[in-house]
Amino acid sequence: MVTLQHYLFLSAVLFTLGVAGVMIRRNLIVILMSLELMLNAVNLSFIAFAKYLDSIEGQIFVLFIMVVAAAEVAVGLAIGVAVFRQRGTVDVNDINLMKW
Amino acid sequence: MINSYLPILVILLVSAFIGLAIIVLSTLLSRKNPTPIKLMPYECGMDPIGGARRRFSVRFFIIGMLFIVFDIELMFLFPWAVVYDQLMIFGFIEMLVFVLVLLAGLIYVWKKGALEWQ
Amino acid sequence: MIQFPVVNLGGILPALILCIAGLVVMLACLFVKRGTVTVAAIMSAIGILAAGAANSPLRVLNETAFSGLVSLDPYSWFFNFLILIATGLTVLASVRYLSDDEPGAYEYFVLLLFSGAGMMFMVSGNHLLTIFVGLETLSISIYVLAGIIPKNPKSSEAALKYLILGGFSSGIFLYGAALLYGSAGSTGLPALTEYFKAGTFGPMALAGMGLLAIGFAFKVSAVPFHMWTPDVYEGAPTPITGFMSVGVKAAAFAAFVRVFFDALGELQVNWTEILWVLAALTMILGNLAAIVQDNIKRMLAYSSIAHAGYILIGMVAGTELGTAGVLYYLLAYTFTNIGAFGVVALVGSKREANVHIDDYRGLAKSNPLLALVMSIFLFSLAGIPPTAGFVGKFAIFSAAIAQGYIWLVVIGALTSAASVYYYFRVVMKMYMEVPETTPARLEFSPSMILALGIAVIGVVYIGIFPTTYLNLALESVKPLF
Repeated sequence: MVTLQHYLFLSAVLFTLGVAGVMIRRNLIVILMSLELMLNAVNLSFIAFAKYLDSIEGQIFVLFIMVVAAAEVAVGLAIGVAVFRQRGTVDVNDINLMKW
Repeated sequence: MINSYLPILVILLVSAFIGLAIIVLSTLLSRKNPTPIKLMPYECGMDPIGGARRRFSVRFFIIGMLFIVFDIELMFLFPWAVVYDQLMIFGFIEMLVFVLVLLAGLIYVWKKGALEWQ
Repeated sequence: MIQFPVVNLGGILPALILCIAGLVVMLACLFVKRGTVTVAAIMSAIGILAAGAANSPLRVLNETAFSGLVSLDPYSWFFNFLILIATGLTVLASVRYLSDDEPGAYEYFVLLLFSGAGMMFMVSGNHLLTIFVGLETLSISIYVLAGIIPKNPKSSEAALKYLILGGFSSGIFLYGAALLYGSAGSTGLPALTEYFKAGTFGPMALAGMGLLAIGFAFKVSAVPFHMWTPDVYEGAPTPITGFMSVGVKAAAFAAFVRVFFDALGELQVNWTEILWVLAALTMILGNLAAIVQDNIKRMLAYSSIAHAGYILIGMVAGTELGTAGVLYYLLAYTFTNIGAFGVVALVGSKREANVHIDDYRGLAKSNPLLALVMSIFLFSLAGIPPTAGFVGKFAIFSAAIAQGYIWLVVIGALTSAASVYYYFRVVMKMYMEVPETTPARLEFSPSMILALGIAVIGVVYIGIFPTTYLNLALESVKPLF
């Protein structure tokens, strides 16, 4: 039997993986993928709660999160292309003109 | 409950077995006589141009980004379509506004030349 | 049978007008051949004025619209006006900054209008979904705006950093929302209020509150979630930096205050301590790091972090006076910081060539009026009477003292004394030193003069006659208590 706790645990694990990915990985594309992973982990939580609570609100929230995530990735890729044209790299360690 | 999935499992196993059997048998029984033409990747009958792993134009990126955005926006149409007969004219106008906003975006993209290949 | 929601377009009319104005500018300017920037700026200004007119009726309302997704009350009214002021001044300050032949010249105004609309939805959101959609509308527009200077590596680097950390903070915010949804069964603010009133909340709801707080702390750039601020502020086009430092901050604080006082008000004991620590860290680190900066944009970035700390004190105080102080402070800060960044944009000239503090040497000789205006803005940032910044600090500090947060106010007072040093360094350079090279001629434009004029009058006027505006702020926070 798959209970709510299973879904929440999986969601927490995925979210943590996403956070770790954003912090550790240095390639822009992988970072964007990790951001997606975080958002999709949240989606999983919302859907699990919506099913468990028998309320539609969580599903609506998920639709909006998916759309926003797509817009964010489109803008992210566009900025990535702009950066790549200027520097020839998408490694965030090399993108460091500004430091204090 | 779980028993009703049994036929699917059987189908999966049988199809996997048949597929594997055909591949294994044909590798064992066939004569191997490779020529360059035979090893060429199949691209709908055309001769392939260049390798498959070369870098491709950044234009694909722009088209891809536009595709993501317009494709995902359509997600809102699905729940709308399911209850369309109950929403009637209210839902129609709501969605019309939504699609018109998307259309404005499309006109902008078109006029800016992002859809042109050159 | 589906229940149709009551469509009350009048309630969201200001944001709607900004959206429509954005679409109109976007489509119309495709067909304008010459003077695109001017045309786009005029159209945007008209849209903003119309939105301002449509906003006035909100002041007397106290209701929700769209099935409780949006709340129409004086609080939304106040922040809508604040956002319109910020957007309008930014439009005026940006005209000379852009040129017609560059890519993205008029899209700049389109994105500015869209982000303004997003902010309005965020501040009037009565449901975490509305707040989230507003937040993302404004963030995605600003990601692009930060990177809009063509062929400038710093600008696109700023956009990239902002995007990554902005997406990260949205993820955290959403996870918090999901946990609250799982606890309360809804993410509407009234439903959350009821849930917490019942008093049977578990650790999951508390974790949700914590994650929500972190998400907001990212957006208002409170230490230790401020890492993106200096880089993004330095790299973005200067008028946009001004807009980010006031518009995004005001919208984020508005939603922060509404969610935490309205929905999570029962948990006040739990979150006050967190905010206490955040406020103290933010003031100390923001002010200390600002002292060592040579780039004026970076210095103002750290100063804006420090100001987020002062505003957090108002939230810690937690009374009506404290939150009214937050509102007043944000209003004062809007005029002050947009003005200061306007001067930086003017002195920096088009390619951001002169953005070092040393570039301000001898400005009083070559442009006495501009130096005076900049000094007024810096005085207001430092909190020296009779400017608006002083009244804002005074209102917040006195509310905190009344609630017994003496130590926090002591930290605030000490750090703002330290801040006088780095603000006065710029004033000293302007009045006491001579430039090593001949300074570049500044390109004044009528719209920039108008923007700086409005900002200066705003700073001085609401500083000298603060009572009306303090009462206005008090009246606006009434719906939250």
